[in-house]
Amino acid sequence: MAHFEKASSVGEWLDQRLAVNTLQRVLAKEYWIPKDINFLWAMGMVLAVTFAILIVSGIFLLMYYQPNVDLAFDSVNYTIMQEVGFGWLWRHVHAVAASVVFLIIYIHMFTGIYYGSYKKGRELIWISGMLLFVAFSAEAFSGYMLPWGQMSYWAGMVITNLFSAGSLELNGVVEWIRGDYVPAQAFLTRFFMLHVLLIPLAIIGLIGLHFGALRIPHVNNQSGEELDYEYEAAEYKKGNKAASKVIAFANDFMSKDMFVVAVYLIFFFYLVFWNFGFAMDPVNFDPADGLKTPAHIYPEWYFLWSYEILRPFSKDIGLIAFAFAQVIFVLLPFLDRSPNAVPASRRGLFKIWFWVMLVNMITLTAMGKLPPQGIWNTIGLVSALLFIGQWLILPIITKFEKKV
Amino acid sequence: MNQNRRGFMGYAFGAVAGVGAVGSLYAMKRSWDPLPSVKAAGFTKVDLTSCEENKLIVEKWRGKPIFILKKTADMVSSQNEADAARDVVVDGAHYTVCIGLCTHLGCIPAYNEGKHGFLCACHGGEFNASGIETKAPPPSPLVIPPFNVDGTTLVLGEEGDAYKKMKEAGVTA
Repeated sequence: MAHFEKASSVGEWLDQRLAVNTLQRVLAKEYWIPKDINFLWAMGMVLAVTFAILIVSGIFLLMYYQPNVDLAFDSVNYTIMQEVGFGWLWRHVHAVAASVVFLIIYIHMFTGIYYGSYKKGRELIWISGMLLFVAFSAEAFSGYMLPWGQMSYWAGMVITNLFSAGSLELNGVVEWIRGDYVPAQAFLTRFFMLHVLLIPLAIIGLIGLHFGALRIPHVNNQSGEELDYEYEAAEYKKGNKAASKVIAFANDFMSKDMFVVAVYLIFFFYLVFWNFGFAMDPVNFDPADGLKTPAHIYPEWYFLWSYEILRPFSKDIGLIAFAFAQVIFVLLPFLDRSPNAVPASRRGLFKIWFWVMLVNMITLTAMGKLPPQGIWNTIGLVSALLFIGQWLILPIITKFEKKV
Repeated sequence: MNQNRRGFMGYAFGAVAGVGAVGSLYAMKRSWDPLPSVKAAGFTKVDLTSCEENKLIVEKWRGKPIFILKKTADMVSSQNEADAARDVVVDGAHYTVCIGLCTHLGCIPAYNEGKHGFLCACHGGEFNASGIETKAPPPSPLVIPPFNVDGTTLVLGEEGDAYKKMKEAGVTA
């Protein structure tokens, strides 16, 4: 039995038992954030808040949703939308947040690429972030199955078919994933489990890793300057707050962070109340029917770029290109051979590489939505080839980059 | 001596953990397998005695529509070799049996009794009464599902001799 003094306050009582003062110091009061940052540094907190919103709205949906092929569609479109008080709010919040979370993820990602925040000790932040992207993609896909509408069913059919690996025709694997020859009850229940338990658990674990990986290398800054954190922290603690190049995570940085979050939430709830339609595919308001294929099957907007990399090629080459696109971003810290961890604007050819990559991914997204015919087909093919080509030349152009 | 005992304990622990891990992974894999009831439902039996000539019957097999069409004597006598190779002959009558999904993008074609052919409304593809494509975009004939003939009953999902012969001859994918 360890020795305990009688505590004179609730705070002290907690500190004796949980070391709350140490925790607060390490995680907030003496966790240093550079001053030289902009609003893009708030995207992490915006994502954390959006994830919390998804969990809360999801809990309320979970109380009325029925994971049964005969009941699922009505439990969403009738029970939740028409009977449950404010059920429509949870559904629209959940759908809009699921879509917007990807917009913020892409902004967060490209911010990291632009400022070189994936190298010199920050590799694990990038890798855990890309694993989070994969987990969020799986979460989005599994959630899309649940209303059991036409798009749920056929997207489930098409995506699980990808696992047959083209000409290898691994139909056994596809049937194993579905638990049936086609998406049916076993498929719906297991994707329900994945959506409400296993993938959220993985996401929470990965968020812990993502935050943990950030603690030692610290957050990057706008100029890529290497800071002497001990010196800057000492200045700050001495009261030289104006001269110090850092501020405390809380409450200094958090108050700025939460201001950006507040602006974001105004935009978010504007979408929820007045413009939720973009997150609700009209085709999915028809119940699932295995004997009737919708005229066009397309993914949600955030998957369009990788779908467009799959589409212009023949079946097998398309699958290989698609697999390449899915994993290649993870390898960015190792494909970028330059020692410069500075903004792309100061990195010569990499600056061009960055902007071409960004514009090309927007082009791929647009082409993925358009029907595959005529000039759009050609643009799609050129964009897909450019995407692959850019990754192949990245090690070369960064190897010859001048040290800044 | 002490080190040896530690080494032994390490191997023993590793073996127990390994057996446990492999065992639980196998159990998890098996729990994701299609259920016996799902597999049993993967066989559809169709009694062909009630079929009428030139009337399309649509059955459901593994969630997919299956077209069954009994040909008239005229249709049988006027068809070519490639058509005849796809015929399922039961009790002297000739049938077309195929998965009713257009080989272009998986829409379900409709049967036109007057023209003795299938038309896919999605992109205008056409097939003859044997399921062979006669107008693009479909790239290949309608797929013949694994079948077996048991008297006058058609068993879908079972690979019978007639089906195996078709497959060997390259009549169906």
